[in-house]
Amino acid sequence: MSTRTGKQTVVLSNPPVVIGGAAIVGKKEGDGPLARYFDQIIDDEYFGEKSFEKAESRLLRDTLVKTLDKCGKSASDLHFIISGDLQNQCTAASYAFRDVQVPFLGIYGACSTMAESLSIGAILIDGGAAEMTACITSSHFCSAEKQFRYPLEFGSQRTPTAQWTVTGAGCILLEKQGNGPVITHLTNGTIIDMGIKDANNMGAAMAPAACDTILRHLEDTGRNIDYYDMVLTGDLGSFGRSILIRLLKDNGVEPGDRYNDCGCMIFDLESQDVVCGGSGCGCSAAVLSSYVLELMNQRKINKVLFVATGALLSPTWIQQGDSIPCIAHAVSLENIQ
Amino acid sequence: MSRKITQHEYRHLVEKTMPPSRVLRNVLAAFVTGGLICAIAQIFFMGMESLGVDEETAYMLTTVIMIFLGAVLTGLNIYDKIGKFGGAGASIPVTGFSNSIVSPAMEYKKEGYVMGVGAKMFLIAGPVLVYGIFASVVAGLIYYLWIQVM
Repeated sequence: MSTRTGKQTVVLSNPPVVIGGAAIVGKKEGDGPLARYFDQIIDDEYFGEKSFEKAESRLLRDTLVKTLDKCGKSASDLHFIISGDLQNQCTAASYAFRDVQVPFLGIYGACSTMAESLSIGAILIDGGAAEMTACITSSHFCSAEKQFRYPLEFGSQRTPTAQWTVTGAGCILLEKQGNGPVITHLTNGTIIDMGIKDANNMGAAMAPAACDTILRHLEDTGRNIDYYDMVLTGDLGSFGRSILIRLLKDNGVEPGDRYNDCGCMIFDLESQDVVCGGSGCGCSAAVLSSYVLELMNQRKINKVLFVATGALLSPTWIQQGDSIPCIAHAVSLENIQ
Repeated sequence: MSRKITQHEYRHLVEKTMPPSRVLRNVLAAFVTGGLICAIAQIFFMGMESLGVDEETAYMLTTVIMIFLGAVLTGLNIYDKIGKFGGAGASIPVTGFSNSIVSPAMEYKKEGYVMGVGAKMFLIAGPVLVYGIFASVVAGLIYYLWIQVM
């Protein structure tokens, strides 16, 4: 049964096991530095479907199927699918799993959705409500551009702090028992709004939320940041990353080389024309369920703090002149055997 | 956070450390792109004049040709690249206006011809039309009053 420590941290006494994961990404991500870790790279942005929205749904569906195949499981083994995306009303996920007869929890945490999904899945398993859950999120560059920005063919320039929404999906299967890294702690963030109003500067908007959750996690668990081999934020991009490092240092925490950001890892910032890096629910999900999981399974790293960050805005609220509320959830993944 | 930083302090930190816009590069690219588009239009205009088309018709036809070119280049997935390079230099000429109408029309076609193409076509150009027409009415009124007074 889960217990609490400190102000915001949940300790999982029967830590759920990450029995496997898979990621499917688009062409641009497939040209990036993590290409060899992804399970599939799709060249067609429509993924054989008639619209970008449908393509994103198919990304989710295929990623789940791939993950189940890799783990030798079937959909009927699942007690929950916990999924979300960036489309209005979380529809990529709802449409993706409408034919899968598994209890479905649709969630929205913007780019933090993967960590939110893992949190819910882990608590359900630790509490005995489920034996196995699938945690899966996606984003699609084209459907996100359409919803949050301009039509694709509209000629415009990006601002120097803009990020590039990742086309991709990542899935992690959690099980009560099995082989693999386990989730030991969860620190779910509070909503932090530091008054940033520029929707093209989400890294700066989200950095304080990431800082708050990381500091809270360290304080609640009594751990030092050196405890982790890798601390990963989910898509702050290069500018947000630099601000987070500064905020952490101001609070006496030296993240050092163990810290990186999924948005900076999935693309080559110099050559891929993505300005500050990747973003979107699919970004941190794809990096975690492929690259990070593989490093953990190979025991190259054993303790990872995964801190996915989300900018909880909508175009309507931004147009009404409000600032961007942000969140960060920390999930502690560890090889304990 | 452990060490409280105020919203004001944070905004200041962000503004101070934000990567700057490449102003000189953007201005030059806009100048070259906008200039090139206008030079192409001028070639059409002079060509028509040399063929004996009267000035007013040549102006009108040049505009029509440039709008057509903007639409075709948008359809061929080229105008977004010109816009990305040239910024305002690509969006201010009439080709950019054409791009701003054709691009949402293409994107929202999946939502049907009425609620998709029809309703979303003026998503970006709408404000330009509204305030453009409004400004021309105001300018017209001022001109009319000026004539009456003089």
